[in-house]
Amino acid sequence: MGKISLEVNGRKVEKEAPDNTLLSTFLREHLQLTGTHIGCDTSQCGACVVHVDGNSLKSCTALAADVNGSKVTTIEGLETNGKMHPMQEAFKKLHGLQCGFCTPGMVMSAVDLLQKNKKPSDTEIRDWLEGNICRCTGYQNIVAAVKEAATKM
Amino acid sequence: MKDFNYHSAKDSKEASKLASSSSAFLAGGMTTIPSMKLGLATYKDLIDIKNIKKLSGIKVSGKSVTIGAATKHVEVSNSKDVKKAIPSLSSLAEGIGDPQVRNRGTIGGSIANNDPSADYPSACIALNATIHTNERKIEAAKFFKGMFETALKKGELIEAIEFQIPEKSSYQKHPNPASRYAIVGVYVAKHKGDVNVAVTGAKSCVYNDKEMSKALSGNFSSSSIDGMDLDSSEMNADMHASAEFRASLVVTQAKKAVDAC
Repeated sequence: MGKISLEVNGRKVEKEAPDNTLLSTFLREHLQLTGTHIGCDTSQCGACVVHVDGNSLKSCTALAADVNGSKVTTIEGLETNGKMHPMQEAFKKLHGLQCGFCTPGMVMSAVDLLQKNKKPSDTEIRDWLEGNICRCTGYQNIVAAVKEAATKM
Repeated sequence: MKDFNYHSAKDSKEASKLASSSSAFLAGGMTTIPSMKLGLATYKDLIDIKNIKKLSGIKVSGKSVTIGAATKHVEVSNSKDVKKAIPSLSSLAEGIGDPQVRNRGTIGGSIANNDPSADYPSACIALNATIHTNERKIEAAKFFKGMFETALKKGELIEAIEFQIPEKSSYQKHPNPASRYAIVGVYVAKHKGDVNVAVTGAKSCVYNDKEMSKALSGNFSSSSIDGMDLDSSEMNADMHASAEFRASLVVTQAKKAVDAC
């Protein structure tokens, strides 16, 4: 057991957790932030992507202890005063999702991309989303949504 | 995942003091954590070395590029100094896994793990690297011992990897379309007197292909290795590629690398 202190979506949290607690488990089960999804649980699908100190990572492949003291942003932290983030708006507008399971990870990865590359090309978007797998829509509308969001962010 | 004790070490000394026969060092955790989750590895203690400041950073001198063991792939791929000194090393780092892996995974972790399909071991062989540990310096040629095996002793910690700057070099990988691991990756580096042709993904461990190195040292042109028939008896074979296909791919990737130099 150890104390985990994080700033999650702007809120300071401090909780005891066993040393083998994954960040994804800590977010979902200790903080009830279930927007971060567990898909494959083998670090391939990217449904669990969150930001830690501004960079995207797969929360199923990091220990909570390992990111102790960091600032974490989850999908729940993107909205401002009940208004969706431009990336979320774009996914909605352009049908960048079907079942929606992969969407939190897709959106978090895509937001990280636009933080680093304001005007990515189609190829750059596809390369960046390498670690996010969608099993329903195909990627056409996802790429379109990221491009649309790039014009709004 | 089975329970373990997590420790964060302040320096190399503390890290190796905490090490035991049932511990592992934790850097980016990109292999360690999935292996533990799948039950392929269990440890009583995980010793986090990410917070040891001395282990991160990139230094370039006239002849070499030295990268701290806990330096992340993204830091190597974004480094202007690496891009200028050894562009092929920078693009190798940019091609590892996906952005989330690159944000987290480290060069020391990759080398210590010595996955037969990992990218960095080929860079170490091709660029005559010296592996600096808390105890000694090990030449890359003597470091990679076999599948997931290295010359590291229990509790020995990689601190930095020193790459020799070549005259020309290129890394050409044929990635598995799903995992992005190399089905075959070939790192060709032309140094002042000789050429190294380091191959990853083809056998159980990275190796320097002597036959191609010799041919290219004589004449540094892809025509000198064109059609070379490599022995496929020790090559890996799986659902993605047969041994014969891998043998042929090694030559193809090597030719591409020479042409890109």
